[in-house]
Amino acid sequence: MNDLQGIESLKNYNYKLSDSIKNLLDIDQLTKADIETIFSITKIIDSFLVNKNKKSSLLKGNTIVTMFYEASTRTRVSFEEAGKLLGADVINMSGSGTSIDKGESLLNTCLTLQSAHTDLIVVRHPHAGAPNFMAKYLANTKIINAGDGWHAHPTQALIDIFTIKQSFEKLKGLNITIIGDILHSRVARSDIIAFQKVGANVTLCAPKSLIPTTFVDSSNLDPTDPYNNVRIEYDLEKALTNSDVVMPLRIQQERLGEVSGFPSTREYSSRFQINDRTLTYAKPNAIVMHPGPINEGVEISSEIAHSDRSKIEDQVRYGVAIRMGLLYLMLKDDNREASNE
Amino acid sequence: MNKPSFGINNIRIIDSYNNVDKITDIVIENGIISNIADGLFLKNKYSDIQIIDGTQKVISPGFIDLHTHLRDPGEEHKETIETGMLAAAKGGFTTICSMPNTNPPIDNSTVVKYVLDQASKFNLIKVLPIGCVTKGRLGKQLAELWDLKESGCVGFSDDGDPIYNPEVMQTALQYSEHLGLPIINHCEDLQLSKYSSVNEGKISNRLGLSGWPNQAEDIMVARDIELARKYGGHLHIAHVSTARSVQLIKDAKTLGVSITAEVTPHHLTMTDSWLLGHQKDLNEFSSLGSKAYDSNLKVNPPLRTKTDVEALINGLKEGVIDAIATDHAPHALQDKITTLDDAAYGINGLETALTLLLSLYNTGHIDIVNILDCLTIGPYNVINNSIEKPNGIKVGSSADLVLIDLSANFLIKGSDFISKSKLTPLEGMEFKGKVVMTMANGSIVYKENNI
Repeated sequence: MNDLQGIESLKNYNYKLSDSIKNLLDIDQLTKADIETIFSITKIIDSFLVNKNKKSSLLKGNTIVTMFYEASTRTRVSFEEAGKLLGADVINMSGSGTSIDKGESLLNTCLTLQSAHTDLIVVRHPHAGAPNFMAKYLANTKIINAGDGWHAHPTQALIDIFTIKQSFEKLKGLNITIIGDILHSRVARSDIIAFQKVGANVTLCAPKSLIPTTFVDSSNLDPTDPYNNVRIEYDLEKALTNSDVVMPLRIQQERLGEVSGFPSTREYSSRFQINDRTLTYAKPNAIVMHPGPINEGVEISSEIAHSDRSKIEDQVRYGVAIRMGLLYLMLKDDNREASNE
Repeated sequence: MNKPSFGINNIRIIDSYNNVDKITDIVIENGIISNIADGLFLKNKYSDIQIIDGTQKVISPGFIDLHTHLRDPGEEHKETIETGMLAAAKGGFTTICSMPNTNPPIDNSTVVKYVLDQASKFNLIKVLPIGCVTKGRLGKQLAELWDLKESGCVGFSDDGDPIYNPEVMQTALQYSEHLGLPIINHCEDLQLSKYSSVNEGKISNRLGLSGWPNQAEDIMVARDIELARKYGGHLHIAHVSTARSVQLIKDAKTLGVSITAEVTPHHLTMTDSWLLGHQKDLNEFSSLGSKAYDSNLKVNPPLRTKTDVEALINGLKEGVIDAIATDHAPHALQDKITTLDDAAYGINGLETALTLLLSLYNTGHIDIVNILDCLTIGPYNVINNSIEKPNGIKVGSSADLVLIDLSANFLIKGSDFISKSKLTPLEGMEFKGKVVMTMANGSIVYKENNI
């Protein structure tokens, strides 16, 4: 076993996810132990990636399709890179240039991919629940949700916790503030669940019109609802006070209707932007994160985005390792080559 | 169709038209109710006819559905007038009101005639067309309501879409008043509902879906009440789904507004939490089940919360809500086998209506007499200017009745449906109580094999 080099040496470990995780549709499927497993493997992978010892054949013989019905840069590239570095064949598919243009339904597209021996589909879709729908009908192809509507973006949540872990010894008791367009954000919905799972306190800050009504409706309190345990602040200074992690989100103009939820970008930025002035409200060692894409000058100033307080580039870097770890854990047991040995 | 003869002993007759609720024996001869009395079968008089054991069974007059989408003409792949009538008969309905959102819509007497002619071909149950309020259901110019009434319509609705322009609603209420037919509005503020798939609340948030708030209905109900209060007419609110609407309707009735309302079996028995995928109402917040985002749960208005369901049930008990109507809205498989956002609105209602309602009876939420009132005399009262009052279960009348077995188990399987649509969010669930026989105009239009 000792002759295994680089990432191949993952074979030396016996990491496993819970049996129930055939597909990753939502962050709440993962137990704390699953998250720890993914992080352990991510750490190993990341150490090899920085040493340029990147390529392996662990998933050789597997076919992964990235099926993106919505625009994406980092998620798509990192999934593609993750699959390729593990030796899988990765096929990229998008709406234009495929039968989706000819009116093929989501179901038929998925069944086609399954029949074409696809082992795993990474899907991004504008409709919440599209990955759940696919999972209902695909018995032989696994699914990773790479973002569905406003619902979930589980791998981003993993990246965000992992990134925070690199700056803070303990996650329990950390104060994390998410600022901006919570209403349309699948990242916020997954992050809130994930952050609470590891014991952090979550504060949301935005104009009330950009926060889901259920978060602010105290008549609807349900202790079992993870979204009812968040603190809401409409004032940025109050929201950032004592924050360890500051995470502004992009205003999702494409999901806002004609009445866009706030009067103008100018007024929004003047009250909610993270910049040199407003970041002083947070703790002196607070870090800044952003799931991307960034609109510099709107939710975050360029100065802060590119300062050493910013962990935005780290998030992207860990994104590759996290997704490699996840793909490996989800596909390793039915690695065709391995079973032929 | 043959006019059968048989008897039922020890049967509970609940006849809302005649205020009867008693256990007795009944005989039907050649399709006519010939005798109702205790101890009929002790003598040999009826030895030559089949006697059905009435234990754990109930007879009611045939049900009236104020809100059925027959899809015919135009979408015959989803349902036809024939399959819709057969499905209705299986559900215990002997009269159904067909909604006008067909293609072409029922906005002129030619289309009314088509529907009535089609229905009369099969000699099964009564089909009463609802005509459009506006031409082409476009919400602009009134359809020829007088003509529609004379050609056989029993009410007017642009259902599927609200009558959006308040001036059109005002004029419709005024113009229709002396015709005596209800203006049935689908109350939805489209700017607030945003064509969403689900109720706005913690479930829509958990699922990451934009929500259809109660206010989108409440505002429209309030608007219509104010218009009816000032301008008259008979206002009928279709498929009430919110607690606030129930209160608004209650207050309007107190003020003497001519208003009636209906509620669907699904809004009385299911909540938005079903969308989490566990085929039941959840008290606890839960992770998503394998049936999460079931597009068969996508209905308009959306399934609401427990608070709303309780208010709807109370509305039925207090008489604020007059009728239970199915809003039977069949769809083809391809319209539903997709994401929630892309799926069509609508649920298969006729064949599961009674068993869903009996689940409320079986759990003690509502009395069976109350349920049967809202399936018979309740809906009759909404359209009582257009049809003769049914005789009910009376000697000398042609049998128009439902035989219900309260103890029968009912395993819901879409593939068993007579409706062309085989889709239901209740797939695989087991209920207690079902229709075992339906008679219309003296003939058996539906019967279980074991009867």
